[in-house]
Amino acid sequence: MKNTSEVAVEVKNIKKYYGEVKALDGVSLRVDKGKIYGLLGPNGAGKTTVVRTLATLIEPDSGEVTIGGLDVVEHSTQVRRMIGLAGQFAAVDDYLTGRETLMMVARLYHVPKKEAKKRADELLRRLSLQDAADRPAKTYSGGMRRRLDLGASLVGKPEILFLDEPTTGLDPRTRQELWGLIRELVAEGRTLLLTTQYLEEADALCDYISIIDRGKVVKSGTASQLKSSLGRDVVELQVKDEDHENALKVVRTLTKSKPTVDEVTKSISIRASKGAEMLIKLVNALDKAKIKPTDLAVHRPSLDDVFLAVTGKKPKRVATKKKKGKK
Amino acid sequence: MNVSNPSMVQSARMTISDVLAITKRNLIRFKRTPEILIFSSIQPVMFLLLFNYVFGGAIGVATPGTSYINFLLPGIMAQTALFSTLQTPIALVDDLDKGAIDRFRSLPMSRGAVLAGRTFADSLRSLFIVVLMFVIGTLLGFRYQAGGGKMILALLLLVSFSYAFSWLTATLGLFIRNAEAVQTAGFLFVFPLTFASSVFVPVVTMPGWLQVFARNQPVTQLVNAMRALMIGGVAIDAVYITIAWTIGILVVFVPLAIWKFKRTV
Repeated sequence: MKNTSEVAVEVKNIKKYYGEVKALDGVSLRVDKGKIYGLLGPNGAGKTTVVRTLATLIEPDSGEVTIGGLDVVEHSTQVRRMIGLAGQFAAVDDYLTGRETLMMVARLYHVPKKEAKKRADELLRRLSLQDAADRPAKTYSGGMRRRLDLGASLVGKPEILFLDEPTTGLDPRTRQELWGLIRELVAEGRTLLLTTQYLEEADALCDYISIIDRGKVVKSGTASQLKSSLGRDVVELQVKDEDHENALKVVRTLTKSKPTVDEVTKSISIRASKGAEMLIKLVNALDKAKIKPTDLAVHRPSLDDVFLAVTGKKPKRVATKKKKGKK
Repeated sequence: MNVSNPSMVQSARMTISDVLAITKRNLIRFKRTPEILIFSSIQPVMFLLLFNYVFGGAIGVATPGTSYINFLLPGIMAQTALFSTLQTPIALVDDLDKGAIDRFRSLPMSRGAVLAGRTFADSLRSLFIVVLMFVIGTLLGFRYQAGGGKMILALLLLVSFSYAFSWLTATLGLFIRNAEAVQTAGFLFVFPLTFASSVFVPVVTMPGWLQVFARNQPVTQLVNAMRALMIGGVAIDAVYITIAWTIGILVVFVPLAIWKFKRTV
């Protein structure tokens, strides 16, 4: 990471255990001012626990978190003035209208009534909720609820935003809209940390990504750093289940690097500096062993491959037409 | 509490404004769910009718010097207010589960305001229901005999006691943290407190061992005070004892609820 920019959030080796369960097992990260930081990981990896710790909702058992230079445990009230949180479940009150929700949150930030009114109006317009402003949120679509939730986190004009899975469960179009909004917010000088299970999202939005699994950061870097850390090409092989073991044996004779196997699809990925050559070698070796591949492809490593390599799981896919290995 | 905190006056003002904002939010929710308000008003009215017409004939024999409706109404108003405090933990657990409280907690607001706003709004609702019962009781033949000022004092006593009591049920909700369990647990002590009391029957009709409990528990004191204020009689001791219980419950359960709230994830 660059040392030139200012640090907005610094997390040093935080741990949080719930009995035997290590929700966080020594997480460290640093978010630079004005950047989008992505925490990428499967369900239950500890992403939400990190966000809740940063947002002062829970205290870590050990380790240190500073936001804008202030310790979150000691100076929680001041920290709360700097941050905005939009949660995973879109904590939007069903029975309040959009305007009432924003007004209430503004009042809780101790914004004077007149100013609160102004901010609510501005946000409703900005989030394209002005037509629904005086309807109870019960009548809102999923995307509208997320926007309102995001709006509520913006009312206090925070410098730092935490978004916990802001687009989970949204359709692709709504997701794209929200991405646009997130980019705008950062372009205005805010710092943002978001969690996601979607690689495309991390790839599209984040300046810096940490992959988190079982309460630990397992890999960090920019999207391109993460991709290039895997070597240049990936050869992906799919065979019938009964051939799987033999195919793995064949693969192991061809490469020193450990092939990875997707838990669900059982597809075998082989990293190679020259994908095309590996492909020919693999085809010949499989032919000799009388194994017929059901699918065989070479592609540049995607974040999918990084994720698979470090967590052993395929990440969730965004429902878009984009194919894996797009870049 | 922390370094750059504003003066005492300012922070008190902020706390009040937080409590008002949360109260308003909860009142809006009542307004938008009229069905809840309607049914939670119908239920106590049904109790009033059932007790008056089904048991009134039998119990009325034991109520000295006054008609059963006169005896019953102060008691059943208290019972209604107490039962309605069981709504407090349910709403609280719902807010915890739905993430509303996460949002509040990420704001630079007073920690106790979420609970105070909850209990305030609930008390206002229960005041509405209790006044409604008074009106219906009057239609059924209740006549207050001690003057309007005393009547208002009786209402004040009731609302402040049940306000304090809702901090107790809120604490219960925070410890149990499950809506169904907390309701069941709540009935476990609200039932004995209201039935083994002077709410429906004179305490003297109970067996001796039960009288010991019934005479000395707060609901009896509250109801005796209200009864004396509404239909006449000596109220002063019962009023002081009820105020003492109210303050006692607040002193124990406000800090306990806030302490637990801060630790509830």
